[in-house]
Amino acid sequence: MGQRYKCHKISEGRVRGQALVSKDAIMFYLMDPETGVVIEPQHDLEGKSVSNRILIFPSGKGSSVVQADGLYQLNMRGNLPAAMVVQYPETVLVSSAIIMEVPMIDKVDTEFYNRVRDGDWIELDADQGFIEILE
Amino acid sequence: MILTQEQQDMLDGKYGEGVAYAMKIQVAIGESFDAERMVPITRAHVALSNQEADLWFAEKLLAAGAKCRIPPTVNPGFNLSFFTAQNMVDKEAASLMQRTHNAYKALGAVLTYNCTPYVATNIPMYKEVVAFSESSATPYVNSVWGARSNREGANSALCAAITGFVPEYGLLLDENRLGDIHVAVEAVMDSDFKYHLLGYMGKKIGEGIPVFTGLPQKIGPEALTNLGAQLNTSGAYGMYHIVGFTPEAPTFEAAFGGREPRRKVVITDEDLTQILDQISLKGHRKIDFAMFGCPHFTLKQVQYIADKIQGKTLKVEMWILASSLVKQLADRMEITGILEAAGAQLVSDTCPDQPCWGHLKGKIGITESPKLAYYPKRRGLDFVIRDLDTAIEAALKGEVQ
Repeated sequence: MGQRYKCHKISEGRVRGQALVSKDAIMFYLMDPETGVVIEPQHDLEGKSVSNRILIFPSGKGSSVVQADGLYQLNMRGNLPAAMVVQYPETVLVSSAIIMEVPMIDKVDTEFYNRVRDGDWIELDADQGFIEILE
Repeated sequence: MILTQEQQDMLDGKYGEGVAYAMKIQVAIGESFDAERMVPITRAHVALSNQEADLWFAEKLLAAGAKCRIPPTVNPGFNLSFFTAQNMVDKEAASLMQRTHNAYKALGAVLTYNCTPYVATNIPMYKEVVAFSESSATPYVNSVWGARSNREGANSALCAAITGFVPEYGLLLDENRLGDIHVAVEAVMDSDFKYHLLGYMGKKIGEGIPVFTGLPQKIGPEALTNLGAQLNTSGAYGMYHIVGFTPEAPTFEAAFGGREPRRKVVITDEDLTQILDQISLKGHRKIDFAMFGCPHFTLKQVQYIADKIQGKTLKVEMWILASSLVKQLADRMEITGILEAAGAQLVSDTCPDQPCWGHLKGKIGITESPKLAYYPKRRGLDFVIRDLDTAIEAALKGEVQ
């Protein structure tokens, strides 16, 4: 069994998937809906796909409209992130996740952030309030 | 979260399925932010976007029988009658706008189609609790007017307009409105354009509520509009303070509530020059068109352009976007005629990030707004960003220095 950390539920759900860590704030609009690849120049995740990943990032950014539409377009093509782990949630991001039914959590121990690497397998249960890095 | 009997009845469906769905989303938002209760709002602004997700959500609420309890003002899509008459939109795009119009009309929205309600049509009072979405609007109503709104999404603001309530958390509470970051501006802030660039420093400013010092004592609505719009293009900010200027920051100490700033960031002229280099296409090139009005231009800005181009002929198309109120005033004051004689078009009710600009795809534009340059990237529009005078000059010459 891997290392398990407590967290706080934002949007309900339970999933297993591979981690993708972004140092930069996330804006779902500048992603290619067909692939989930980030097309924003100079972004930490430029060229990488968020599709079906457990997306770990500091915060959302961008106009109040584009997060919801970005997620909606990804959803229409099956390229939503499997779940989101955020440090600084704000209403725009939270309401978009709830409406699009993407599990989302926050308030994870800093130790998790020190250990997690791209590609790690992760189990996340928003309802039970834990996230686990699987060995 | 503890609900009143009325709120619980809403959630339980006694006010219909649409209200119950809106309330369910709001309760989930409230619980994720540990809100203790829901409080009534007296105003709302919904960032209608005429995007598929926007229409999907509005029609879903409508089909469930929702109606706005607090009629919200709304953002622009595109001006259906203008762009249809100009033959600039295909059937699919026209149908999307028509359906969006029908849905919001049926939901009971006030169809302003304008992204700057806070300067004219929907101005809250000090401490009024409201639900405003639209990136430039939330910081304006919080910071400049001292009203209280979280940085609502278009969808959560629509839910609030339907239920008439918002969960009480974040910027609705005194303690969360204090400054976090001291942003000492050393750059010379001598134009509205500089506020676009200052707002675009989100990456350097970082997370929290910025408190600006070093700004001039007189700052106009255009500059403040630009600042808020770009803060929320480069980051996510519900509010800021300007010491000695915004109502909740009479002094440095008051802005921070007596606490020490979490950190200090200095913004120099060099920072502004660097950010412009990063976000703008390189200059010294021919341009195909000019576009202004993101956020919507005020009458003063429209008049400014008219004065600059009166009696001249533009080399390239120029589009100026504004509210229907500004358009009507410009018509009445015969500014529109001056613009049209030079080759510029003043269009109401329209956003740059809409499917009505297909003919500009793959072309190079010039604008003074980083936000205008940023979002339409996905539609294949690219921009050189320059101050307004340089941009107007470029439209007259067909090239930018």
